[in-house]
Amino acid sequence: MDQVISALDPFTGFIYPNEYHLQWELLIVLYPYLTGLVAGAFILASLERVFQVKALLPVYRLALLSALAFLMVAPLPLMSHLGHPERALEMLATPHTTSAMAMFGFVYAWYLMVVLLVEIWFDYRADIVHLSNSTKGVFKYVYKVLTLGATDVSPKALDFDDKAGKLITIIGIPSAFMLHGYVGFIFGSIKANPWWSSVLMPIVFLFSAIVSGMAAVLLIYMVTCMIRWKPIDMSCVNKLSEFLIYAMLVDFTLEFLDFIHRLYESEESIHILGQLIADRLFLSLVILQVLIGGLLPLFGLVMGRFGKLPDELRRMVYFISCVLIQVGIFSMRWNVVIGGQMFSKSLRGLTVYKVHMLGFEGLFAAIGFLILPLIILTVLVKLLPPWVDKHSEKAAA
Amino acid sequence: MISEKEKNQNSEENVSEKTESKKGFGRREFLDAFLKAIPAGMTLLTFGSWNNKLHAQTPDDTKTSRPPTDENNYAMAVDISKCIGCGRCANACKLENHVPIGPHTMRTWVERYVIPSEGEVVVDSPNGGIDGFPDQQLDAHILRTFYVPKLCNHCANPPCVQVCPVGATFQTKDGVVLVDEKYCVGCRYCIQACPYGARYMHPEKNVADKCTFCYHRISKGMLPACVEVCPTQARVFGDLKKRSSPIHHFLRFNPIRTLKPELNTRPKVFYANADQEVR
Repeated sequence: MDQVISALDPFTGFIYPNEYHLQWELLIVLYPYLTGLVAGAFILASLERVFQVKALLPVYRLALLSALAFLMVAPLPLMSHLGHPERALEMLATPHTTSAMAMFGFVYAWYLMVVLLVEIWFDYRADIVHLSNSTKGVFKYVYKVLTLGATDVSPKALDFDDKAGKLITIIGIPSAFMLHGYVGFIFGSIKANPWWSSVLMPIVFLFSAIVSGMAAVLLIYMVTCMIRWKPIDMSCVNKLSEFLIYAMLVDFTLEFLDFIHRLYESEESIHILGQLIADRLFLSLVILQVLIGGLLPLFGLVMGRFGKLPDELRRMVYFISCVLIQVGIFSMRWNVVIGGQMFSKSLRGLTVYKVHMLGFEGLFAAIGFLILPLIILTVLVKLLPPWVDKHSEKAAA
Repeated sequence: MISEKEKNQNSEENVSEKTESKKGFGRREFLDAFLKAIPAGMTLLTFGSWNNKLHAQTPDDTKTSRPPTDENNYAMAVDISKCIGCGRCANACKLENHVPIGPHTMRTWVERYVIPSEGEVVVDSPNGGIDGFPDQQLDAHILRTFYVPKLCNHCANPPCVQVCPVGATFQTKDGVVLVDEKYCVGCRYCIQACPYGARYMHPEKNVADKCTFCYHRISKGMLPACVEVCPTQARVFGDLKKRSSPIHHFLRFNPIRTLKPELNTRPKVFYANADQEVR
């Protein structure tokens, strides 16, 4: 039952004896994928807040809550993967300052405590005060606790909330860049691995994060509208897909640049990396990441945004494109994490990877970690409704 | 009848003979003993010379266990032209350090390189070379073939130490890279960062594991197990800070290279007579 999804070919060439087992498996693919969604969703929220893209108002709060839900789950795959999870907090208690990974705890804590939670609190404070007065039972007390005692909803106080929220968002943008750029740095700074070692890695991760986060929020928005039987704000999704196209173009250009650069430099490792792409990553890189998860949704979004399509078809095109983008970005994470371990550092052979089905690092655990943020998001949405239908109605009126 | 004079002569000869025998060897006995002593002396001299050679590899100043100081900087050298690929080093390492049995948990291993006149270089290391190497049939004419023992390079600029998030992997004052198994969180970042594939995840302890230069031995003035058992003295262990150390002699009189020098890890396992194909 275990080790069902077998990789493609047997071992080829020579690998060092200790390279037989892949060290970072499916869960480590999830980790950059989830943090990417966080960073992307937050940057989307900041477009509305800081850059005054008012068309994105319907997804602003939803983006913040999505970022929080994904951020809460992001460290779990890492923890599950550790040989000694019980020692995980040593990274915070006694960090090794030269380690990129040790900084994760601080970047994460900063982003969670200083950026996301504070921003959401300032943004929702007036609503929370209102809800603490209007609800009954246990929830009343939950909201009362969430006000943290700040129940002043005078115009002056609300103005302060707005200014504070804006300031936090301004701090949050470089923080979001740092959060995911740093994840790219974890891989890009490994000079032992020619597939990872690239100065472009952090920025490629960052833009792919923006792409995946925006697409995820667009998907969540469309699905929640369908569940709530509310009309989808077309100006919002149009604007969102427009930004998505720009982000995808930058992302695609950067990845292409990285590819051309490697090919042109043609270093010692180029031979084995060529074999890696041809023999091991053809499906996940060429087919899933570039064609199905990259070019096809880009074409779909361009057609949806700039083509003359009826709204219903347009929505469908956006939806399918965003699903394909998730497939593409997940494949990109897979190709980086798994691909980087499928060739020997002796540059003489390729190894194989088998996805385990069971256990902490298995396929079912990974699916669980993908579903968990959606459950958390459902709870958050119930607790702190992000809907701005009234705004839309007013705007329409 | 013997005359008085002759009697006197005979008695004088007897006396002189007695005196000579009292003194020790006569010329004849001396020559006889000398000739007999030659083989025994040669044997002793030969033994003495081997004995010196064997003991010359022991670092002079570490005969008793003591805390590490920066007065030492341990390193290893490998003469590839001497390695016969017997795999005793890899086996001794497994036994000495309780390295998990199996071909994918190796602190040290031996690679066989077969370089044909045309086509790709063939490298293998079945079970790290512990069970020897099977015959290889190549169609092409073989240009060169040799064995390369591999182990942790105990880099002076170790990437594994740099990336460890909790500092569980560290460099001792005497230049050895170790893992604190009671502190390692098992994130495996160090395994990814090692360019030499010298680290593995210990399947029972769930921590990163690697060669320690047999730190428990060298801190008592003994040699690492792999060096101790090498039948051809292909491995030389010593202290870079001691001019009397055999590694100094080795580095002085051999053409030396290290593995992947372009990565600036500054390895402290030095290879003599290593082919450019060795990675």
